[in-house]
Amino acid sequence: MSAPIQLRPDETFLLNVGPQHPATHGVLRVKMQMDGEYIVKAETVLGYVHRMHEKMGENRTYAQYLPNLSRLDYLGALGYTHGHVLAIERAAGIEVPERAEYIRAITVELNRVASHLFWFGAFVMDLGGFSPLMYAIQDREHILDMLEAVTGARLTYCYYRFGGLYNDVDDDFIEAAKRFIPRMRKSLKKYDALVSGNIIFQKRLEGIAPVSAEMCRKYGATGPVARGSGINFDVRKNEPYSVYPEFDFDVPVYHECDSLARYKVRMDEMEQSLRIIEQGLETLPDGPIMAEKKPKNIKLPVGDYYQAVETARGSFGIRIVSDGDKNAYRLKLRSPTYSNMHLFDEACEGMLIMDALAFMGSLDLVIPEIDR
Amino acid sequence: MSLTLLNVIVAVVIAIAFAAVNAAYLVWAERRGAARIQRRPGPNINGPFGLLQPPLDGIKLMTKQLMIPGGADKILFMVAPVLAMAPAIMSFVTIPFSEGIAAHNMELGVLVIFAFASMGAMAILFAGWGSRNKYSVMASVRAVSQNVSYEIPMLITAITVVMTTGSMDLKEISMAQSGGFWHWNIFPSLQSPLMPISFIIFFICSLAETNRAPFDLGEAESELVAGFHTEYGSMGFGLFFMGEYANIVIGASLTTILFLGGWDCPFGMFPGVWWFLLKIYLLIATFIWIRWTFPRTTIYGLLNLSWKILIPISLFNLLLTAGLLKVF
Repeated sequence: MSAPIQLRPDETFLLNVGPQHPATHGVLRVKMQMDGEYIVKAETVLGYVHRMHEKMGENRTYAQYLPNLSRLDYLGALGYTHGHVLAIERAAGIEVPERAEYIRAITVELNRVASHLFWFGAFVMDLGGFSPLMYAIQDREHILDMLEAVTGARLTYCYYRFGGLYNDVDDDFIEAAKRFIPRMRKSLKKYDALVSGNIIFQKRLEGIAPVSAEMCRKYGATGPVARGSGINFDVRKNEPYSVYPEFDFDVPVYHECDSLARYKVRMDEMEQSLRIIEQGLETLPDGPIMAEKKPKNIKLPVGDYYQAVETARGSFGIRIVSDGDKNAYRLKLRSPTYSNMHLFDEACEGMLIMDALAFMGSLDLVIPEIDR
Repeated sequence: MSLTLLNVIVAVVIAIAFAAVNAAYLVWAERRGAARIQRRPGPNINGPFGLLQPPLDGIKLMTKQLMIPGGADKILFMVAPVLAMAPAIMSFVTIPFSEGIAAHNMELGVLVIFAFASMGAMAILFAGWGSRNKYSVMASVRAVSQNVSYEIPMLITAITVVMTTGSMDLKEISMAQSGGFWHWNIFPSLQSPLMPISFIIFFICSLAETNRAPFDLGEAESELVAGFHTEYGSMGFGLFFMGEYANIVIGASLTTILFLGGWDCPFGMFPGVWWFLLKIYLLIATFIWIRWTFPRTTIYGLLNLSWKILIPISLFNLLLTAGLLKVF
């Protein structure tokens, strides 16, 4: 829909979006070469919240490093700790009780819904509609209350331990989760009526910022961004881990490649997560929540280990190179938002600043996770 | 002569007071309304229902330091907020609230209000250019192009009403619609069968003219930080804010006078100022409701709506009315 325009590189100005700007949701800086309202060239500048998490992983023992993982992505923290414990458990050969894995899957999916809810609100706010954020936060609040009751934290969880969990779930949690599912389904219908069906909303997103599947592969984009471009890739299905093979759920894929497709993927994913939670609550087995045989000080055998998990933002990978010591020789985190964000530079060339910032919202950026 | 001067002063003071009180309490109403829509309490600490919030906000804004950014054009920067507020207050002078309540009735009332309304665009342009901020410049260019393109369909629609009434006097336009809601201009008449559409066009235009959501491109906070008033703090910002709300009251009043019969009662009984106030506050409530429901449009979508849809329809309506006036 954007009008054809002749861009004149000699009559441009530099617009500094960020590091503090309402649209970047954090301390991301984008240097934009502008021709009026059109972007000639954009360059993202990172590193404003770099906290050396990878280096810390090399200096701390594996157990000491656990809380760090939830500081990467403060909206979907459980997925990241899940990746870490899975990697260590596989490398050290620790058997995890089935009940613990079920509870992990349930809590991760709850966290995914919470993360998507917050994204939904923030995204609509990027487009100028303020009210949906409040509704989304209210729904998210129920999830945070539930998770707080079992994990002890509201945002930066440290719930999973090598070999199991820190705390078993009680009947209150199960009751609350069972009550939450129909309520959330009702809310999703309401969001559809309020936001998805709005003509202004659709006009703002339809056909805007097309990101081809080829481009997603080039930049390593994963998660809802790639699935909105027609790539049917979900770590939970393609490289199954935990107890996900036992659940019946679909991976929503859209082929339109535009911002609306990315929006739809996330909205559908919430429904799929609810399905997983529902099944998990029904089939939750009894038993211990902690492995019986577990070394006190974990030392991984010499080797190179990698574990990928599907977080709310895409495929999160943790690579641990061990030299047999009690901490890692090298620890590399592959964070999904880092790859997703780099689509922005190329895709927003020639776009209106309005559409570009809506596109940035559709990428679901969490800056601390990019900078690590 | 001295009596006339006194009259003018009293009229202006009352207009300023009305505009200021309205602006202050519409902010409160907007915040409470938004809070109600979003299921949160809103301002409720200061006074009953938070009613002391607006004066306290005013004191806070007045006691803050007035900052002028380095490199700003000082004259333009200082003039802009005053220029945003003054025309809005001056417009109040012409508005008849009831048969007997009008500060100063003018024969060309419609024209005066449109003349003052178009000065608002100048204030925005001054503010954007004077701040020496790229976001402000972009926002003010947007706002001005928006104001210019929406003034045209608004004016054409107003002319349609003026033609059917045969007067530009706001009081006479109101009087012509008295005697029950079936006389109001919003309903189709023989001379102008497309009046409901005119009303919708006029309403959309007054939303766009006051830079309200979903047309708040001039202060698109998620893109352009705070738009043309990014660099304003203290009472400079306060004046812009009050000007915006005063403009909303003007827009609602004008819509009421042109289409909803002014102070006329829908059932033909007890016409008076209360009906006028009821109508404008209902319209303003709709403004608030729309703002907190819809996302923002894009700049090209906005301009296309005006030039490709609203202007052709309103022109067609104007020609149709002109033709039918000859017949009936």
